[in-house]
Amino acid sequence: MTETSLMTVNMGPQHPATHGVLRLVMELDGEVIVTAVPHVGYLHRGMEKLAESLTYAQALTLTDRMDYTSALSNNLAYCLAVEKLLEIRIPRRAQVLRVLLAELQRISSHLLWLGTHALDLGAMTIFFYTFRERETIMDMLEQVTGARLTPSFIRIGGLAADIPDDFLPAVRAFIEAFPARIAEYEEMLTENIIWKKRTKGIAYLSGEECLQFGVTGPPLRASGVNYDVRKASPYSGYEEFDFEIPLGQNGDVYDRYLVRLEEMRQSNRIVRQAADRLPDGPVCAPDAPLVVPPPKEEVGKDIAALIRHFKIMQEGFRPPRGEVYASIESSKGELGFYLISDGSNRPFRMRVRAPSFNNLGALTKMIAGEMVADVVAAIGSIDIVLGEIDR
Amino acid sequence: MDRRAAADLLKEKFPDAVQSVEEFRGETTVAVDSVRLRDVMKHLKDGEALRYDLLLDLTAVDFADESPRFRMVYLLYSTRFGDRLRIRTRVAEGGALDTLSDIWKAADWLEREVYDMFGIRFSGHPDLRRILLDEGFVGHPLRKDFPLKGTEFDQPFWSFVFQPKTPI
Repeated sequence: MTETSLMTVNMGPQHPATHGVLRLVMELDGEVIVTAVPHVGYLHRGMEKLAESLTYAQALTLTDRMDYTSALSNNLAYCLAVEKLLEIRIPRRAQVLRVLLAELQRISSHLLWLGTHALDLGAMTIFFYTFRERETIMDMLEQVTGARLTPSFIRIGGLAADIPDDFLPAVRAFIEAFPARIAEYEEMLTENIIWKKRTKGIAYLSGEECLQFGVTGPPLRASGVNYDVRKASPYSGYEEFDFEIPLGQNGDVYDRYLVRLEEMRQSNRIVRQAADRLPDGPVCAPDAPLVVPPPKEEVGKDIAALIRHFKIMQEGFRPPRGEVYASIESSKGELGFYLISDGSNRPFRMRVRAPSFNNLGALTKMIAGEMVADVVAAIGSIDIVLGEIDR
Repeated sequence: MDRRAAADLLKEKFPDAVQSVEEFRGETTVAVDSVRLRDVMKHLKDGEALRYDLLLDLTAVDFADESPRFRMVYLLYSTRFGDRLRIRTRVAEGGALDTLSDIWKAADWLEREVYDMFGIRFSGHPDLRRILLDEGFVGHPLRKDFPLKGTEFDQPFWSFVFQPKTPI
């Protein structure tokens, strides 16, 4: 009898397949993982602490830097929480535009995920395909917001500005072309024998286990649990849009891939509906003069508007005392903001319910008993963003 | 099942543990005695008409000049009834709460984060160590008396490089 002992292998924090700075310490028995301990926190910037020192409007800029692959979704979740606290009603045009932008952002985030996930597993070609479409979306978002990654465009009370005239034609051209592009990705991967061998039956989680670990988003739905915040507790008028929630059955890497692909198609449908039914009107709440700064033209002409603008910029606003929780379905799962106001102009406490944090918590369970080579498949399949985990 | 019902069921089952029920902006918050927290949470997960199977979040808030000092907040969701509920309880400085990590595994990491940021201990937790900050870090940053700029950034940069605090 030869004696065997476990080997400890360290992966990361600087490793391309960990999608950021994740460190994984694995105990191996030959090529089989016995246990793995994730270490996080390399990107910790103390955002929850920082928010307590900023006004509500300033804290918005922190949210861009959490899940930096879908910054507009983060903006939206934060604004919904503050608006709930203030009881502001958002005009229809702003709501539909928010849905449109959030869904474009979801598509771009899923494209980034698909490209890098496939790249991790050795399928290089698809990366160039998905980044081509992602670049188109990035250009459109830049048209509207002026920024690619950190837009801070969705503001408390509405949007920072209205869309430019050439935005909707660009969106229409994109949604016409996009279903054929998804078919291209599918042609390369869905029935690809190597892809299936690398992903089918790997990193299994049952629906029960997902709920135990607090996993939300595509990994939860790939295990067959029908929970999507857009349907469960609709926000921004999602109840008026016609779309479906794709579900998987097997809870493995392959099903998570199928769920995300279908989600992109559904997002495309939502974008089309939003573009078709975009109403006219203001993009900022007209009945919240203490929250929404007056438009620039007015500030230049009217001394009262100038003073109001100055006061909002300098002091911010004071929501009533209380606590609220508002959440959205971001591309990673349920993204929620829990705010406590003590009646001052700064949040007393801002807590972020980051989906990737809980999703990563299930990684140890997912990869126990798998081979070393499957670790990158598992990490890729939960689509973590360390900026959001570490905050 | 509407929101009020969950709080009422809880009151019926634990008349001594439920301290108050609050409604604000359509959200229900139930304040619970920290001694009975585990029983209440177990019942919330397994109770027939409750079934809060998803622990969405768990966090703490520091009310520096109140006593007991900290408030713990638990966000629950029931996938069967589509219902949200918030449970809160108080814990004193230096005090400990019972862990929930065996009821929901999600609590494992979340309790580590609360320990890391607030210094609240959880008795029975399998692996209570810092999660976001490094092992040698002194203090708990989300406490209100922790300075925003940190505690060690007045030192010259080189003192960090050449004097490791604790060997890992």
